[in-house]
Amino acid sequence: MEKPIISVQGIGKRYRIGQTLGNDTLRDHITELVSAVGKIFTGRWQRKSANDEYIWALKDITFDVEAGEVLGIIGRNGAGKSTLLKILSQITEPTEGEAYVRGRLASLLEVGTGFHQELTGRENIFLNGAILGMSKSEISKKFDEIVAFAEVEKFIDTPVKRYSSGMYVRLAFAVAAHLEPEILVVDEVLAVGDAAFQNKCLGKMQEVSRGYGRTVLFVSHNMSAIQTLCGRVVYLNQGRIKGIGPVQEQITAYLRDLKGDGVSTGETNYPLGEVLTLKNLKFSPNPVVSGSDINFDIRIEPKKETSISDLQILIYSVYGVRVGIIDLRRPDGKPYILNQNKPLKINGKIKSLPLVEGDYRIGLYVSCKEYYRDIYDITAITVAAKPSSTANIPCKPIYRGIVEFNSTFESNIND
Amino acid sequence: MADYERVIKARKGIVSIDFAELWRYRELFLFLTWRDILVRYKQTYIGVTWAALQPLLTMVIFTAIFSLVGKFPSNGAPYPVLVFAALLPWQFFANAMTESSQSLVASERMITKVYFPRLIIPASAVMTGIVDLLISVLILIAMMWGFNVPFTPRLLMLLLFFVVAFIAAFSVGLWFSALNVRYRDVKYIVPFIVRMGMYISPVGFISDVVPERYRFLYNLNPMVGVIDGFRWCILGARFEPYWEGFLVSVVVIIILLITGAIYFRSMERTFADVI
Repeated sequence: MEKPIISVQGIGKRYRIGQTLGNDTLRDHITELVSAVGKIFTGRWQRKSANDEYIWALKDITFDVEAGEVLGIIGRNGAGKSTLLKILSQITEPTEGEAYVRGRLASLLEVGTGFHQELTGRENIFLNGAILGMSKSEISKKFDEIVAFAEVEKFIDTPVKRYSSGMYVRLAFAVAAHLEPEILVVDEVLAVGDAAFQNKCLGKMQEVSRGYGRTVLFVSHNMSAIQTLCGRVVYLNQGRIKGIGPVQEQITAYLRDLKGDGVSTGETNYPLGEVLTLKNLKFSPNPVVSGSDINFDIRIEPKKETSISDLQILIYSVYGVRVGIIDLRRPDGKPYILNQNKPLKINGKIKSLPLVEGDYRIGLYVSCKEYYRDIYDITAITVAAKPSSTANIPCKPIYRGIVEFNSTFESNIND
Repeated sequence: MADYERVIKARKGIVSIDFAELWRYRELFLFLTWRDILVRYKQTYIGVTWAALQPLLTMVIFTAIFSLVGKFPSNGAPYPVLVFAALLPWQFFANAMTESSQSLVASERMITKVYFPRLIIPASAVMTGIVDLLISVLILIAMMWGFNVPFTPRLLMLLLFFVVAFIAAFSVGLWFSALNVRYRDVKYIVPFIVRMGMYISPVGFISDVVPERYRFLYNLNPMVGVIDGFRWCILGARFEPYWEGFLVSVVVIIILLITGAIYFRSMERTFADVI
C-alpha cells in the first residue's frame, strides 16, 4: 500500500506564556542571568518548574492524510488549528513528535505574503510566486492566466499601493491559486473578497482537489465551505483531537459542544486575546422561541488597564453566514475604560428575535487599545419554532432561510 | 509524486547549514535582492543620486577635517582619493550591516506565513548594497582620472578585498539580524557602531599613524585589513598593507562567520514564534 502523503505522529507544541516581544529585552535577560549566577553561588539555584509557565497549544496530535484527500480542520479560536498548519508548513517547529510530508507543500496561511506596496502588479506576481515556491519559468508560463483570474489586466503595471483592496486581494489569491503543489494548505482565505470572488475561489479549490487529485488541508469557520469541499474532518479542541471522521458527524459534534459548553450557562474564562478575558456571556432563555425576546449578559475583565473602543456580538448561521451584529459601543462615542477592579458588564435584550428555528453561532468583535480581533464560536444559541398561528403546518426550516418576518396579509377570498 | 520526504521534528543542538536546500531557493534569493534594489530609491526626489551624494559629501568633510585642519600624513597621495578609497568598503559594510540587521524583523510577515531558509533574508540584504558600491566605483574612476592616479593591474585585486568585506558584512549581519528578532536593542546598537566605526577605522586617515606595536590589536577591527587593502590596490605600493594585520582581520571575520551561522541556525527555529 502507498504511504500516506502526510503522516503526523504525536505532534505537540508548547509555548511559554507571556512570550511576546516588547517586554523581552536584553536587559531582562542579563538581569535574569546575573540573578541565576548569584543563585548558583548561594546554592539556591534550581530549574524553574516548567508546568505553570507553559501551555501546550497542541498535544498528542496523530493522524494520516491520504493523497488526493481534502481534509477539513475545525475548532474554536485557540484550538490549535493554525499552529498545526504552521508546523506542517515548517514555519514553526514542534516541541515533540514528528511529521512526515511526502510532497511539495504550499501554504496559503495568508494571501499576499511578501507583496510590496511600491512594486507593480507584474513585479509582485513574480516576487510572490517565488516566495510561495514557484520557479521563474513556471510563473512566466502562468502569468496571463493569473492576470485574467484576478481581473486586473488594465492595472498590471501600476504599483499595488494604488489598487483597491478588492483588486489587491484578487491578485494575491490568483497567484496562490495557480501554485501546483501536491499539498495545498488553506487557512481562512475565504474570509476575504466579495461573494462572487469567494465563489470563484471555492470553485478553484474544488477544481484543484477533484480535477488534479491534489491534497488539500482546509481550515475554516465556514461550515458550508467545509461541507462542500472536504471528505473528512479533524475536530480540534484545546490543542487535542476531539474527533476525526466524516464531515457531517464532526460538524454536528462541534456544534453540539458549542451549545453545551459552560459559556452558554454563564461563568467562563474565555480569553479574548492577550489583554481581555471573557468571564460571562449568557443568553437567556436558551433555547429561545422564535419571535420572543432574548436577554444577554456580558462580563469582560482586563488583565491590565485598557480601553475598549469597539465591541460587537456577531451572530452566524450554522454554516457560517453572518446573520447580524449587535453593536455594543457606548452611545456617546467614548471608549469603555477598564481596569482590574472595574470589569465591563453589559446586559441587554434583542426584542422579538426574528430568526427561523435552528442553531446560531455567537462570536465577538472586540477592539481594545492593544489590538482588535474577531473571535468566532464562543457559544451558540438555539432558536425553537414558535407555535403556528394558522391552520397550516409550517414549511421546513431549510426552505425558510434565516429571517422570520413579522408579517400580516389580507386577501379577497375568505371563504 | 513522493520524490522527496520531509521529516518535521524538533531539532536539537547545533544545526548544520543545508546547502542543497539553499541552492533550491536560489531564485527566491535573487528575487528578494531584485525587490530591495527596485524599491530602494522609489518615491525619492533625486533617486539614486543619494547613493553618490553620501560618500561624496563625507569625503569632502573628512578631507577638510583630517587633511586641512588635522594635517594628517597622506604618504604623498591626493587626500580626497585616499579618503574615498576607504569610503568604498566602509560605506558598503555600514549599509549592508544596517540593512541586514533589520532584514528579518522587516520581513516579519513572510517569516510567519511561509517557509523558506531564513538565511537568504540577511544575505539578500547584503547584496542590495552592491548597487550603491558600483555607483561609488564610477565616482572613484572619475576621481582617479582627475587626480592623475595611475590605473594599474593591481586594481583587479579589489575583487578579493571586496569579497572579504562582503563576508565581514554578512557575518555581522547574521549575528545582528538573529539577535534583533529577540532583542530590539540591536536597533540602537547598530547606528552607534556605524557612527563610531567610521572614526575608529582608518577612513579619514591612513593606518600608518597607528603606533607599530598597536597595529596587531588595531586589526582586530575586521574592516582595517579591508580598507588597507583597498588603498593598496588603488594608490599603489606605498600603501602596502601590514599583512600580519590583514591575517588577523581575516581570522576575526572567519570566527564571526562561523559563530554567526551557528547562532543564526539555532535561533532560526524560534523566529516565527518570537518575532
